[in-house]
Amino acid sequence: MLGLERGLALAEARARVPQLAALPFVPAEDAALTEKLARLCGGYTPSVAIDPLPDAAFHGLMLDITGCAHLHGGEQALKGALIDRFHKLGISARAALGDTPDAARALARFGMTEVRALPLAALASGAGALPETLMALRRAGFRRIGDLAGLPRAPLAARFGSELVRRLGHLLGEADPHIVPRRTPEPIALCQRFAEPIARTDDVLDTIEMLLVRAAAQLAERSAGGRAFALRLHRSDGHVARLAVETSAPTRDPALVMRLLRERIDSLADPLDPGFGYDAIDLAVPRSEPLAETQQVLEQVTRDRKTPDLGSLLDRLAVRYGPGSVLRFAGADSHIPERAGTLRPVQASPAPPYLTTPRETGEPPRRPLLLFDPPQRVEVIAALPDGPPRRFRWRGRHYVAVRHEGPERIAPEWWRRRGGHDDNPGLTRDYYRVEDEAGHRFWLFRHGMYSDDTSPPSWPKLPHWYIHGLFA
Amino acid sequence: MRPESIISLRPAPLAPLSLSGRVALGIAEADALLAGGLRRDALHEAYAEAREDAAGAMALALLIAWLNYTQDTLTDSRAIIWARELCGPSLPYGPGLVELGIDPAVLTLLMLPDSRAVLRAALDSVRQGAAGAVLIELRGRQPLLDLTATRRLALAAQESRTMVWLVRGEAQPVPSAAHTRWRVAHAPTLGASLGVGTAGRPAFDLTLLRQRGGPEGLHIRMEWDRDTASFQSTPDQSMQQPLSGLMPAVASGRTGDTRRGSAA
Repeated sequence: MLGLERGLALAEARARVPQLAALPFVPAEDAALTEKLARLCGGYTPSVAIDPLPDAAFHGLMLDITGCAHLHGGEQALKGALIDRFHKLGISARAALGDTPDAARALARFGMTEVRALPLAALASGAGALPETLMALRRAGFRRIGDLAGLPRAPLAARFGSELVRRLGHLLGEADPHIVPRRTPEPIALCQRFAEPIARTDDVLDTIEMLLVRAAAQLAERSAGGRAFALRLHRSDGHVARLAVETSAPTRDPALVMRLLRERIDSLADPLDPGFGYDAIDLAVPRSEPLAETQQVLEQVTRDRKTPDLGSLLDRLAVRYGPGSVLRFAGADSHIPERAGTLRPVQASPAPPYLTTPRETGEPPRRPLLLFDPPQRVEVIAALPDGPPRRFRWRGRHYVAVRHEGPERIAPEWWRRRGGHDDNPGLTRDYYRVEDEAGHRFWLFRHGMYSDDTSPPSWPKLPHWYIHGLFA
Repeated sequence: MRPESIISLRPAPLAPLSLSGRVALGIAEADALLAGGLRRDALHEAYAEAREDAAGAMALALLIAWLNYTQDTLTDSRAIIWARELCGPSLPYGPGLVELGIDPAVLTLLMLPDSRAVLRAALDSVRQGAAGAVLIELRGRQPLLDLTATRRLALAAQESRTMVWLVRGEAQPVPSAAHTRWRVAHAPTLGASLGVGTAGRPAFDLTLLRQRGGPEGLHIRMEWDRDTASFQSTPDQSMQQPLSGLMPAVASGRTGDTRRGSAA
């Protein structure tokens, strides 16, 4: 053995085994892997549960193989196949068969095959430790589950508590607890077929509305609302027209989705051509989110305070012009100007909160209202090589810099670059806020510094100037 | 002591009173001429004087829309929608809005492929009434933007009580149904108001070209004070020489007088 044990400090462990590899413990990734394995076990039995174990370093899967074992050649063969499969994936796993979930869990934990031979600690292998009860049992001279199995339950409950009796019953198969298998909710998909192809637009729209009403009923049962709705119109000649709309908030209101679909149909570059008619129309709700029932408001109150909803307007515009057209300002934690403020679609996940930099009273704005992306080249005349700009030419016009403030030196994000920590850190930018004689304010920067003989060879001989924004 | 701390000793301007239905600029001269301020439920136009003034005209519309947002005590404060064409390399920049004192979360930006889409989306936004202000930024000549289109916008604005700003860059004023029409230019920083050689607070040179049913020809120069979230009028000192000692005094090519003369 290597002499390693749980709870050892990393430095001590490395002292004993110098070539030890250490990886950080990421519970979220472990949980994701367990989820994947649970899906894999779905090939053996339909009811699989992820077993909540008290120790985060172990992950358990509980399979209810009642009525499934004969498909794999018996219980033992199924167990062997499962273990083999896990080992091929590089996962060390232990499996045990038991009459109840608690028994199976305890047997797997302690690597045994007989419930009565299990130590007393098996009583605490599931959720919740019982240190005092276990201590009391040990003092009373009990060592194994088998010692307790033959005793009458009433005195045990009076002496050690009813929880012990309950767990004992679960272990010995006297009570029959069930696992709660994980279920992926079935996606909502509805289809309407027609005896004869239909071609009239009104009929098609009526059918779509009917499908939406049925989908809304299913969504209401799940307390969910759709974020995306996808329609397929199957034409009798085999052509399939697809329509999809997305909403910025979960909804199950058929009228609202209908309005979005009408917008979508209006904005199609290639209008819907029913040809000889549609054979079938199907509707799917690929994405849904929880949406609770809301309290119905009294009619009078709603009429008085009718504030139109911005979200429904933005949904309509996003459907008509594409989700990339309806944008919101998003911030990011970066000192690079173009990274610090970006635009994100309204329908994307909520934007990160805007980082407002502490402002000094009386200072003019330090960041421009409009940003050029990418920055545009300007030709600059400066009085000193490293000095502020004096005159510059941008888009064919000459400007005289009457006032300037700067430089504000912004270092490159060298940690994002290949070899950035070594000899390729990127160029710094020296930003100047420049005002010309008519009062226009520009945000110029010099990309890099003037190089001399001691400069790294990757620097340009003459740094370029760029305009990056316009101030208000 | 820094010069601006002296300026802050001036009596603070009275908080602009929100007369129902009007956004007060907080400048006595202008508010008197506008009968209390800019109407909340009307179409207003801002023409950038030169190509470089487009950012200034847009900023003015944004700031007045922001005043509309903060002063709107009668109804729930409604969001601001900024519709613009996708063309051109410049993008609105959130940190810049923060630096002007505007909360970017209030704004929704519509970046649309052409001017027809911009006008249609803006008209829908105004009609729907969910936004408190709709800003339409368009560049160049816009054949679609005729008297009918602006009349439609103005009527929709009145119907849904939405303030609509039509911000035009690189364009000459054309007949429209706007309630007010402004010519906007950047104003140079006053030499005495800040440290020598540094650019100051956002300053605007405004000319009221037209006001429906009211006097016109107003010429004011004002600065945006982020800390009090208000406009402050500044004297027109465009003839003043820059105080920079490092460089020769540059004669300003344009003066306020010629600007007034050129107002159509």
